[in-house]
Amino acid sequence: MDTDTISAISTPVGEGAIAIVRLSGPEAVARANKIFHGKELEQVASHTIHYGKLIDPKSNELVEEVMVSVMRAPKTFTREDIVEINCHGGLVSVNRVLELVLDSGVRLAEPGEFTKRAFLNGRIDLSQAEAVMDLIRAKTDRAMNVALKQMDGRLSQLIQQLRQQLLETVAQVEVNIDYPEYDDVEEMTNELMIENTKKVHQEIERLLQTAKQGKILREGLGTAIVGRPNVGKSSLMNALVHENKAIVTEVPGTTRDVIEEYVNVRGVPLRLIDTAGIRDTEDLVEKIGVERSRQVLQEADLILLVLNYGDELTEEDEKLFEAVQGMDVIVIVNKTDLPRKLDMDRLHEIAGEHTIVNTAIIEEEGIDQLETAISEIFFEGDLDTGDMTYVSNVRHVQLLNQAKEALEDAMRGMEEDMPIDIVQIDVRRTWELLGEIVGDSVSDSLLDQLFSQFCLGK
Amino acid sequence: MSTFDAGHYDVIVIGAGHAGVEAGLAAARRGAKTLMLTLNLDMIAFMPCNPSIGGPAKGIVVREIDALGGEMAKVIDKTYIQMRLLNTRKGPAVRALRAQADKHLYVQEMKKVLENTENLTLRQGMVKELIVEDGQCKGVVTETKAAYYADNVIVTTGTFMRGKVLIGDLAYESGPNNQRSSTKLSEHLEELGIEMVRFKTGTPMRVNSHTIDYSKTEIQPGEDVPRAFSYETTEFIMDQVPCWLTYTNEHTHKIIDDNLSSSAMYSGMVKGTGPRYCPSVEDKIVRFHDKPRHQVFLEPEGRNTEEVYVQGLSTSLPEGVQKEMMETVPGLENAEIMRAGYAIEYDSVTPTQLWPTLELKAINGLFTAGQINGTSGYEEAAAQGLMAGINAAGKVLGTEPVILDRSQAYIGVMMDDLVTKGTDEPYRLLTSRAEYRLILRHDNADLRLTDIGYDIGLISEERYTKFQEKKQLIEEEIKRLESVMLKPTDEVQTAIEQAGGSPLKEAVRASDLLRRPEMKYDAVAELTKPDKELPEDVREQVEIHLKYSGYIQKSNEQIERMRKMENKKIPDDIDYDDIHGIASEARDRLKEVRPLSVGQASRVSGVNPADVSILLVYIEQGKIAKVSGDEA
Repeated sequence: MDTDTISAISTPVGEGAIAIVRLSGPEAVARANKIFHGKELEQVASHTIHYGKLIDPKSNELVEEVMVSVMRAPKTFTREDIVEINCHGGLVSVNRVLELVLDSGVRLAEPGEFTKRAFLNGRIDLSQAEAVMDLIRAKTDRAMNVALKQMDGRLSQLIQQLRQQLLETVAQVEVNIDYPEYDDVEEMTNELMIENTKKVHQEIERLLQTAKQGKILREGLGTAIVGRPNVGKSSLMNALVHENKAIVTEVPGTTRDVIEEYVNVRGVPLRLIDTAGIRDTEDLVEKIGVERSRQVLQEADLILLVLNYGDELTEEDEKLFEAVQGMDVIVIVNKTDLPRKLDMDRLHEIAGEHTIVNTAIIEEEGIDQLETAISEIFFEGDLDTGDMTYVSNVRHVQLLNQAKEALEDAMRGMEEDMPIDIVQIDVRRTWELLGEIVGDSVSDSLLDQLFSQFCLGK
Repeated sequence: MSTFDAGHYDVIVIGAGHAGVEAGLAAARRGAKTLMLTLNLDMIAFMPCNPSIGGPAKGIVVREIDALGGEMAKVIDKTYIQMRLLNTRKGPAVRALRAQADKHLYVQEMKKVLENTENLTLRQGMVKELIVEDGQCKGVVTETKAAYYADNVIVTTGTFMRGKVLIGDLAYESGPNNQRSSTKLSEHLEELGIEMVRFKTGTPMRVNSHTIDYSKTEIQPGEDVPRAFSYETTEFIMDQVPCWLTYTNEHTHKIIDDNLSSSAMYSGMVKGTGPRYCPSVEDKIVRFHDKPRHQVFLEPEGRNTEEVYVQGLSTSLPEGVQKEMMETVPGLENAEIMRAGYAIEYDSVTPTQLWPTLELKAINGLFTAGQINGTSGYEEAAAQGLMAGINAAGKVLGTEPVILDRSQAYIGVMMDDLVTKGTDEPYRLLTSRAEYRLILRHDNADLRLTDIGYDIGLISEERYTKFQEKKQLIEEEIKRLESVMLKPTDEVQTAIEQAGGSPLKEAVRASDLLRRPEMKYDAVAELTKPDKELPEDVREQVEIHLKYSGYIQKSNEQIERMRKMENKKIPDDIDYDDIHGIASEARDRLKEVRPLSVGQASRVSGVNPADVSILLVYIEQGKIAKVSGDEA
């Protein structure tokens, strides 16, 4: 049967305190052992669980403290060797663990693949075959759906552009090969190719570093809470943190260590920016100055703009609205338990398209609606999600990484002065990998490009 | 209709073009009693279009045909007037031979081969219908009421089926080169429920060489290096004839532009789909209007004729306009047209109706091969003919079908594309269609396919022994270079320096030294000589194998993965309607294509990975059910 090793998160993400990353396949134990510091997993008895640390072999950094269970074939769910890594349930940490596992050379499982293997290896009863097929269908459809929705418009556009650049390069090489007698087509040389691929390589690297989705994956959705003093910013933050077990991280390197807190709101990882500022003074703008607050705003992917229901709109409020123009903003009208002084008509006018949520945070009212609003912004739709959203993101990152590696292989080939048609193998592979991210099928578009770009034939 | 019994055969081949001759020869040589019927015995393996065989991808196919025991390579090796190796400045994977053919000599040579082949009867005649009983092909009937009987019939009618020639506003029923078109057979196939589409192709004018002013053109000489397609060829033609290159210009383009509406292509008369890679000159001007000039190659059609093929001016413009446009091209100002260019429309069979053996799914024993399957090109046709012939004879002999996969041959790529994806324009092989181009090389076609050719009885003992010796020499030399250590002696350092590399710091394996970009096999072999001088083709294999080993290995790993899916067979009796959860588009396409393996299924358009997973689960379920059923 299939002989490679696969991995995926096998618990609903963001819902439990503990998450499990599962590996299945002949290499499961060996791969896990590569990143696990504790007992030699290859030596331990089957069906035992072990405490230890996950260390990134590239940087030697500690990633997580984990419990790892080792279960050897055949008495496992898939009848293959299985390793389950139990880690913190937070989206950010479980994500990090999965990435580490994938980096060690394990393939990301297709939707429903564990069940498929269990079935194909005779673990699941024949009468359940239909259920298995249904599950594969459902999970795949959902994954595709989510993958599409999750694909940031700009990201997808950028990848399409990169693909087009590669395609033009590839097509030119193909023309040189298939129509060698055509002297009026410019000969694609390794030098030209290096130039073209370098640009694409830079873009992929940049994408990997800064693409919005990628950033969210690693860091959470940068969220800034803004508002005048005494509108309830810190109670809002405490409510979010309180409800959703926060992980506090120290970020060194600034004059005063900025504290960021991660919370999971219905599977959406929020990174609350400069929470210390809010905690200490209740007034970000006042304390760190306009410049700094601008910077905070710039860093943010999501703005929670808090207003006081019991107060009139001030010039300062209006200025805040101006400052966050064009960003993802949720307007929170807090303290609805007080008598209304806020001019709601005017608010709707300046809030424009932004979602407005009414809360009385101290009374614990409206927090549900706020969380719904946050998850809607993230998923751009009413999507009840779990691991899927998350997995498709990891998929994008993994594919981008593979594309980058393929392109680097190509560049190495060019440096070694390999013939252009050999180098082409890796350039084409890069193009195909990028295509997998945006869900484009492969082959035919190359020929289309060939015949639209060049005038060929006898 | 009263017919007379004209004879009984194992295999009947209709048509004797490039597909037909390979089909007939392969079947007869495998031991099947074979009849070939053709419209005109003087036009066997005729080249109605360009007088050329080979080129990128196609040239590799010719070598593959040779390695499998086909004939095309041998005949062109005896009849070329010019031979070149293309893409020499690129890597080994894309090199290919191309020959200019003497098209008349080619016909004579091929006819001679057919006439002297045991088990093969060659006869002139027009087939008008097939004899089919209960979904089994039983034979053919000609227009003269001769009934020939055979359980296997290969139809290789090229562009003859309902062929229609178009020049300007003139249109008439005809095969290529004013031969009779075949109307009845096409209608008959339709009656049998076979789906057909209309395709179009075209050819340029031929001009008299005496009327060309070659001084205004650039010479394109052959190479004075002995080269051949066939691995058996030992005599090389060194007396070669040049081709000539000239260009169209804005005057040419204006005449075409002004007369576009009188072109059959653009007046709406042509209904069939033409190939993008072989456009008429009208197409070139319309689609690439800003291009100031297009190449025109002048190619002699043979040694004993003055006719010259004007490559680049394929057209369906009226003859008067053809003349006017041609006279604007330098060198052709006073050229006399001997035959006008024309477009031709024809019926072709939708190839997804075929098994990968080229047998029709609907009619047992009926095969189609060549241009009738929607391809274009002599080489593509010949390859299909060969495979159909091999497999038709295989049915007679009761042997396993021979199906090449995408990693074994360009032939495999083409046949898989045709039967799995179909084609919506005349299909031409291009190197970019192959996923494993580095493996499908021109230089290793024998290594890839001779074993198969030998197994099916198309490669002689003598040739096979020689082949095995070559293979052994290659393997031994690779092993030797992998074990020999070269120390940084003065001799070694000097040799590296001469090649332009940086000196060694410590001893290295000879194979690793060869992997350096600047090092060639011959230079390395100077430093560590083999026991005896190795032949050129062996040295070449050793060098390619070692130099590109990293890439070759990567390709082989991909092939390994692909094969795993190819090896998962889909049972013949699978009922796609019974599969739960498969998407309805995928279901429809799978029912139509009926792939033989899960690998093939995954290449059917409209079938996505989830459908493949579900299919896999379904098949396993069937297997398990069978096993438990047996137990009970």
